[in-house]
Amino acid sequence: MSLDNDKKPAIELVGIDKRFGAVHANRDINLTVAKGSIHGIIGENGAGKSTLMSILYGFYQADAGEIRISGAPVAIRDSQTAISAGIGMVHQHFMLVEDFTVLENVMLGAEGGQLLRRGVASARKELKRLETDYGLDVDPDALIEELPVGSQQRVEILKALYRGAEILILDEPTGVLTPAEADHLFRILQVLRDQGKTIILITHKLREIMAITDTVSVMRRGEMVATRKTKETTVEELAELMVGRRVLLRVEKGEANPGAPLLSVRNLTVKDGRGVTMVDDVSFDVHAGEIVGIAGVAGNGQSELLEAIAGIRKPFSGDILIDGKPVAGVDPARLRALGLAHIPEDRHHMGLVLKFEEYENSILGYHRDPRYGRGGLLDLDAIRKDAEEKIAKYDIRPPNPRLKTANFSGGNQQKIVVAREIERDPKMLLVGQPTRGVDIGAIEFIHRRIVEMRDAGKAVLLVSVELDEIRALSDRILVMFAGKVVGEKTPDAGEQTLGLMMAGIAA
Amino acid sequence: MSTASVPLPGWISYGVIPLINLVIAFFFSGLVVWLIGENPFEALKYLIDGALGRGDAIGFTLFYATSFIFTGLSVAVAFHAGLFNIGAEGQAYVGGLGAALVALALDRYVPWYVTMPFAVIGAAVFGAAWAFIPAWLQAKRGSHIVITTIMFNFIGAALMVYLLVHVLIVPGKMAPETRTFLPGGQLPKLDWLMAIFGLKLGPAPFNVSFIIALVMCFLVWLLIWRTRFGYEMRTLGISPSAAVYAGIPYVRTVIIAMLISGGLAGMMSLNAVMGASARLQVEFVGGAGFVGIAVSLMGRSHPVGIILAALLFGILYQGGGDLSFEMPNITRDMIVVIQGLVILFAGALEYMLRPVMVRIYQQFAGRKSASQKLAGT
Repeated sequence: MSLDNDKKPAIELVGIDKRFGAVHANRDINLTVAKGSIHGIIGENGAGKSTLMSILYGFYQADAGEIRISGAPVAIRDSQTAISAGIGMVHQHFMLVEDFTVLENVMLGAEGGQLLRRGVASARKELKRLETDYGLDVDPDALIEELPVGSQQRVEILKALYRGAEILILDEPTGVLTPAEADHLFRILQVLRDQGKTIILITHKLREIMAITDTVSVMRRGEMVATRKTKETTVEELAELMVGRRVLLRVEKGEANPGAPLLSVRNLTVKDGRGVTMVDDVSFDVHAGEIVGIAGVAGNGQSELLEAIAGIRKPFSGDILIDGKPVAGVDPARLRALGLAHIPEDRHHMGLVLKFEEYENSILGYHRDPRYGRGGLLDLDAIRKDAEEKIAKYDIRPPNPRLKTANFSGGNQQKIVVAREIERDPKMLLVGQPTRGVDIGAIEFIHRRIVEMRDAGKAVLLVSVELDEIRALSDRILVMFAGKVVGEKTPDAGEQTLGLMMAGIAA
Repeated sequence: MSTASVPLPGWISYGVIPLINLVIAFFFSGLVVWLIGENPFEALKYLIDGALGRGDAIGFTLFYATSFIFTGLSVAVAFHAGLFNIGAEGQAYVGGLGAALVALALDRYVPWYVTMPFAVIGAAVFGAAWAFIPAWLQAKRGSHIVITTIMFNFIGAALMVYLLVHVLIVPGKMAPETRTFLPGGQLPKLDWLMAIFGLKLGPAPFNVSFIIALVMCFLVWLLIWRTRFGYEMRTLGISPSAAVYAGIPYVRTVIIAMLISGGLAGMMSLNAVMGASARLQVEFVGGAGFVGIAVSLMGRSHPVGIILAALLFGILYQGGGDLSFEMPNITRDMIVVIQGLVILFAGALEYMLRPVMVRIYQQFAGRKSASQKLAGT
């Protein structure tokens, strides 16, 4: 029997169809995932990947279609049936109790009786075995909140394995990881596959697909448009399949023509709310007509540096100069008037008010501008007309300024922010994580806008945890580690050199 | 995709759902009435009759509604800036002092329509002043506005009793109240408005402050959705971090929003002090400040919703009084229970029915779009 089973695919989805009201999220999806393989599913935001996986994991019921596990049809009504069918899910946002230990989190929902004692002992044993079998090294008695993100993710994987998962679904697993942590994750996934587990990897990062998967399926607008052996395809082909047209993956830009320094940072030190030094005595210049990129693993002070320059965070000491004028501690409204635009790292919490309609967000920060009203009153007609112009110019979809901002896709939300900040024709542009959670088509567009700003003689400071992005866009790269700038490189410096600097090993 | 993110059309969110909530609230109220051995349908009849049956009944209902509109607007303005002003009760009380001082100073010399604008300003300034200290403490020191405004309700009540007993009392009288205002310090009744509809106002104190309340509704709408300051308030209320990013000054926005909120609460006193009793009395607010919280919640912090919710609570107040008179088994406390149920279902449990409505709506909308597609091909 087991022999027979081994030949059957781990998962077959036949004719899966799902609608949400007017939205057709999945159309007649067919998918076969071979046992003991890593199967990638890629697609832009809103292509229907998450819906499909939610159906497989029992969060939603399909309107039509069949799910077969190892050849046998299964009705997956909820996550409990999914777990007993051997399906485990690692969510993009971890489902862990922060102040429980690893062991307690793994046991949660599978305690094995009213009294914990016996359950704890057997769980500890099982955890040990999983660790040795799959190389998932995590201290079972560590508190979750004290673990780095990469380890928290390993706890999620352990949770699924502890419940007997044969099929693991990972939803955008590397979004929160450093490059080193991502590599570590990939090694674990390979071990799991070699031990016979089946892995479904959902992502929109093409590089990961090429690096780790055996097979890849592409989704676009609710449909499964292609399935390829990873060895037989290319990044270019996949990108084209995802977007539905040819995509330029490289940023085209000419030589920089740096002019006078517009933005200068001198001996800047920034502390966080607890008094911990996040930016430590940093100095640099950004000249007109150049893009300076700040590379670094998330949490090494780049965010605080950006916020201090944007006036959001008060510096502890040091100077920030715009055109030679000191502006440290000046509020964001005044900085905007001085020609400093800011595309913030976190568009959901800073760049946009998600409950606002689109046109309301198109003036955020510029709402006191004379062109948007007279005296204390707002001129809604002028604001909406202005918003419509930006929507047309930046191809924001759907083109409706009255739509609630939360109902736009990530890429279109980011375009709303980019349009607002760039269309003011600022002298300096601060850019934080410009393409986080943004689909490929929009990435290309946003990158082109940023390079255009440089070519128009603006000073651009770019912060990103995507090293590829930093290297593609920057004219000079500063590497930050533990709050300090540990070195300056040109973009043709190797990935390895920069990676070592980001890890604080070489300067 | 959770159901919370699915957009529903306005007529469902603001029409159907509140209506169903109200029906459920009345169903459970009926159950309570039935449990204590009275006929719920008869009770409902007394309630409606007592609130809307006669000219004077309608007059009283609208009088109560006027107070609730002011306090509802007060809570709503603060709420849009992300502040929960529990202090409308105290701000209205102290606002009464402002209105009374203006009336006492001017009533001998000028007619009411000259006194009125000064009284509006007096009530608003005193109410705003009472909101200023909690606002300042919140903005500068981070003391939570809910706690400080509650405390200021008590301080305000004690202050007003002291002033009425020791300072403003008419010498030789026992009652802790000011002298009765002359007509120049009173707001006239709106009998002419009732007469248009063929109703007699009788003794009901429905007065000009109702019109002031409607004007304030319009001004609040203008403030919140049409001014730059309203935009800043809403940004701060929904997303404080986006407000920081946008350079919206926290201290200024919090203080101004609370001053406006306190001013609106203070204006409630125009209705009670200058419109009804023509003198400043102890505890004239009578809980209207707290009802304002429910009114604002139920009215979704929108002036139109607040008018409707204030009318509903006016009906419950006036009709409830009549009901407990006609059915002695249903005491005043029972009326409070019924009001509590309405607040619970219409205000606090506002989102209980939403997922069900989303599902029904999606089925309906899905069928509609499918049939449109069929028709298209």
